This record gives sequence, C-alpha cells and structure tokens, in this order.
Amino acid sequence: MNLWLLAANSIAFGGLLFLLSAGFALIFGLMRIPNLTHGSLFMLGAYFGVSLISWGVGFWLAALAGGVGVAVLGGLIERLLLRRLPGAELAQVLVTLGLSFMIADACLMQWGGDPISIETPAALRGASRVAGVAFPTYRLGVIVIAVAFAVVLWAMLERTRLGAMIRAGVDDPMMARAVGIRVPLLFTLVFCLGSGLAGFAGVIGGPILSVYPGLDQDMLPLALVVVILGGSGSLVGAFVGSFVVGVLYNFGQALLPELAYVVLFLPMLVVLVVRPAGLFGRSSP
Amino acid sequence: MRRLAALGSLLLALGLLASLPAWIGNSYYVNIASQVLLYAVFALGLNVIVGYAGLVSLGHAGLFGIAAYSGAILITAGYGHFVAIAGALVVTLGVAALFAVLALRGTGLGFVMITVALGQIVWGVAYRWISLTNGDNGVSITSRPAPFGLSLVDANPFYWATLVVFLVAVAAIAIFVASPFGASLRGTRDQPRRMNALGYNVWLIRFLAFLFSGLWSGVAGLLFLYYNQFVSPQTVALTASAEVLLMVISGGTATLLGPIAGALLVVIMKNVASGYIERWNFVLGAIFVAIVIFMPEGLVPGSLRLWRWATRRRRQHPAGPAAMAPVPHGSINGGAQ
Repeated sequence: MNLWLLAANSIAFGGLLFLLSAGFALIFGLMRIPNLTHGSLFMLGAYFGVSLISWGVGFWLAALAGGVGVAVLGGLIERLLLRRLPGAELAQVLVTLGLSFMIADACLMQWGGDPISIETPAALRGASRVAGVAFPTYRLGVIVIAVAFAVVLWAMLERTRLGAMIRAGVDDPMMARAVGIRVPLLFTLVFCLGSGLAGFAGVIGGPILSVYPGLDQDMLPLALVVVILGGSGSLVGAFVGSFVVGVLYNFGQALLPELAYVVLFLPMLVVLVVRPAGLFGRSSP
Repeated sequence: MRRLAALGSLLLALGLLASLPAWIGNSYYVNIASQVLLYAVFALGLNVIVGYAGLVSLGHAGLFGIAAYSGAILITAGYGHFVAIAGALVVTLGVAALFAVLALRGTGLGFVMITVALGQIVWGVAYRWISLTNGDNGVSITSRPAPFGLSLVDANPFYWATLVVFLVAVAAIAIFVASPFGASLRGTRDQPRRMNALGYNVWLIRFLAFLFSGLWSGVAGLLFLYYNQFVSPQTVALTASAEVLLMVISGGTATLLGPIAGALLVVIMKNVASGYIERWNFVLGAIFVAIVIFMPEGLVPGSLRLWRWATRRRRQHPAGPAAMAPVPHGSINGGAQ
C-alpha cells in the first residue's frame, strides 16, 4: 500500500467526517441535544442521492438535494418531537435512538440489503499529480469541499449577525429571548443545518464508502469519537478531531484490520483521561 | 397482617414461577419464559446504574456480550464449564472496570456518549477480530453445563436453573438497594454535591455500582450463551443495548419490579411481533418514541399513577374532603426509596 495514497485517503475521509460531525457538534454543543439519528441522517442522505442519480439528476445537484431533503426531515424531527422535550436529555437520547432504528429499517425496506455504490462524478475521475505524487482527484475534491465548508461555517458563527444570535441563544437563552431573538426558530435552523450537512456528506461520501445497511451504525460512533476528542460545540475541535480520527481509522484498517476499532479507541481513552472536556472543549461534556 | 399478606403473595408468586412449566406444557413457551427471566436479570443489572445511580448506559450489551464471548471462547478452547463461567465473569468485571473508569469521566450526556462509543468498539472487535471471535459467523458451543449432575439440555431443567439465577439476582439487588450503600448510591444520583460535602466518595460509589451492574449483565450474558449455545456480533450491537434500556425504562427505572415487567413486555412483544412482521427494529424504535412521549416514567409507575388517580376520583364523590388528603409524594417508588 502506497503510503502517500493512504495519507490522502485518510485526509479525504477526515474531510467527510468533518461534514458529518460538524453538524453533530453544533447540535450537541449549542442545543445540548445528543442527536443519535445523525448516522441515520448521513445514510438517508446517501440513499436519497442514489435515488436521485438513478432518476438522471446530476451528482452535485443530487448531493445538494439530498442535503436539503434531510435538512427538512431534521427540522420536522426537531419541531414535532424534540421540541416537546426541552431539557430532558435522557428522553431526547431515547427518541433519537428510536428514530434511528425506524430510519434504518425503513431504508432497508426501501433500498434493500445490498450495498449500492454511487459513481464518481465525471469531472473528478482519475488521478491528479500534486507535487509529483499522484492522488485520486475525487478525494482531493472532498478535502477542498470540507475545508471550504469549515471556513464558511466558522465565518458564519463568528462573523455574522446570525452567528452572534446563535451564540447568544446558547449562552443565555432567556436573556436572548428578552432582547428579541427568536431562540426556538434559531434552534430549528441549527438542527436543519446540522442534519443537512450530514445528508450532504452522505451523498459526497457515496463514491468512497458506497451505501449499505449498517452505514449509520458505522458512522455514528465515528462522529461520537470526533466530538469526544474535539470537545462538544467546538467547530475547531470537530475539524481537528475529524482529521485525527480519519487518519487513525484508515491507517488502522490498512495496518491492523482486525483491531481498527481499538486503534480508534486509544486516542479517545488518552483524551478522556487527560482532558475529559475534549481538546477544544470549554466545559466538561 | 399486611406482612402476612405480602409474604403470602410472595410465596404464591414463587410457586407460580416454579410450577410454570407444568401448566404451560409446551416447551416453546417454556423457552420464552427462560428468555424473559434471563433478560430480566440483564435489565435488573442495568437498572442498578440507570435507575439507582442515574447514569444512562447505552453500552451494556458490550458487557453482556463480552461475558458470552469469553465463555464461548473458553469452552471452545477446551476448558470446563466451571472455568469458563468463572473466567468469563472475571473478564467481564475487568472490562466493566475499564468502562467505568472511562465513562465516569463524564456525567449525564457525556456518560451516555462514552458508553455508546465503548459499546460500539466491543461490537467492532466482535465483528472484525475474526481470528478471535469468528467475525459475523459467531461462536457456537455444543453443551450446557450439568450442575450437581442435573442435565440442562431440556427446556424445563434449563428454565428452573435460570429461575434460580433470577431469584438470586432479585434477592441480591433487593439487598443491595436496601443497604446503606444503596442509599448512598441514590444520594449520589439526587444530590452529588451534598454527598461529596458529607464526605462520601461519589466517584467510588458510582464505580462500585457500575461493577455490580456489570456483574449481573455478565451473568445474564452467560445465561444467554447457554440458552442459545451461540453468540454473534448481533448480541453486542447498539440495538441490543437499546433493547435492554427499553426494558428498564418501559418498566420503570429505580423499581425492582419495573425491569422484570419490561423484560416480560419486550420479550413477548419481540416474539409475537416477529411472528407477524419482519421489522422488529422498526417496532422497537416506534415503542421507544411512544413511551418517551406518552408515559415517560415507565409502565409500572405509570400504571400505578393512573390507578391511584382513578381510585381517588371514585372516592372523592361520596367521602368528600376527607378523602382529598394528598397522596404522599414519591410513594410511586414505594419500597425502593
């Protein structure tokens, strides 16, 4: 196995993980909602993409539409179910877990049990040479997309009025409401955004991971480990954590395939013992 | 008089449980009764940490599965049942200690997240470490133990053996909960800071409770192994952790009867449902959502509340204000508190 290729794959996988776990970290950190449907939303986005592409929609449009579709579903989950359970964290865990089982079974009914692969878009097929080394173009594209999303999300949270309102709503919801910020609307928006990112990541990840039943259960623990590593609610933490997990997971699978999960677990163990709040977390989770 | 009545109903329940195979007859239903009992042991064990310590674990199928896997691997390696059972429980306690040290770095949501991650790691090992666990094909064993020369091959003797383990578990957990240690555990659930200020070592109390909970999960895992004579990654999946958590929550947390009622409900529903529809997981998920939205305190306390509410309403009319005396708060958990 070519070491450079492995490194590029790891970083591309890290980028994918960032798209997945940025939403998870935002929802968890800002709204204190442990959204265990996140892996299912990723899988559902990928399946939406599969169907859209089979109907003749282009890859990028399918990725966007998959993201929007999942965002709408996420918004409905927040409005209809989670809204009824404010502050009841255990109840939220159970509802999102129950929903994830329902989504997984519904996907199995609709799309069957066989893995379905999504074709790489034509423009990004083949390999490109960067600094004399050949990399698969699609994976470079995923890295670029992830970095672009990271910059946009960061700028939105830190530099815009909307971001300031979100941060205010998190720090002191009562006071934010008192000064006229519509906090419930804001939370629905954040939930839609996080879900949409997961759905979008599902389609983007299709050419790399393909789509299969159980994809949700493969991705959810990765998102959890990213957030435990990076610290909840921290975009920077999710970014760094994603690439650490991406590298560890890919190298682990290539070098110690039987123990890939254990390799993944070691840094989490170290972080929990040394810094339980996560690398970039403000307070303990 | 009341104690006599309580003793009488206890003896009646024991008699009914022990004579169950005689009036069920069919070995298929006796096997389902064994399943209910073994899952009741698992749910009782999980309830120690979920109900009495107030820490929700979604990784307990990992401990259950580790006991089953260790037992199966030791038996296939040629060890006797005694060594396999003892070895499996030691391994389970060791892993439970590791789980506890890691998961207790967080409380509340952090604890849930870490237990999910730990449970998924156990699943990943069971699924991928093929040379040890035989991957997706699982591990089969060919024999059940024969304690004191009694063969457990048939459904009825296995049921009675499971019943004995179940009764020991109920007694041990009842004693545990009623003990001063159990009281201090509930103290750490309700007022961790005050307990700390009173000089209790909150971390240590939670750690020991986690070990106790892990021990009974391991015992249930061994019963599961001997019941099915087979263990596969499905046993340690997140759905399995969720299923047992559903038993605890649907029955009612921090009650002794709740997890037993929950195990009865879930096992029967699973067997009945799988006769009609393929999609048990969909039903499981839907029940989860429904229970959380409509009966968040669980079936046993929930039905008690409904019953109390109904009887109070009936009395209200003829008896007038005298019957309006407030129902003592917290009595829903009765003997547990």
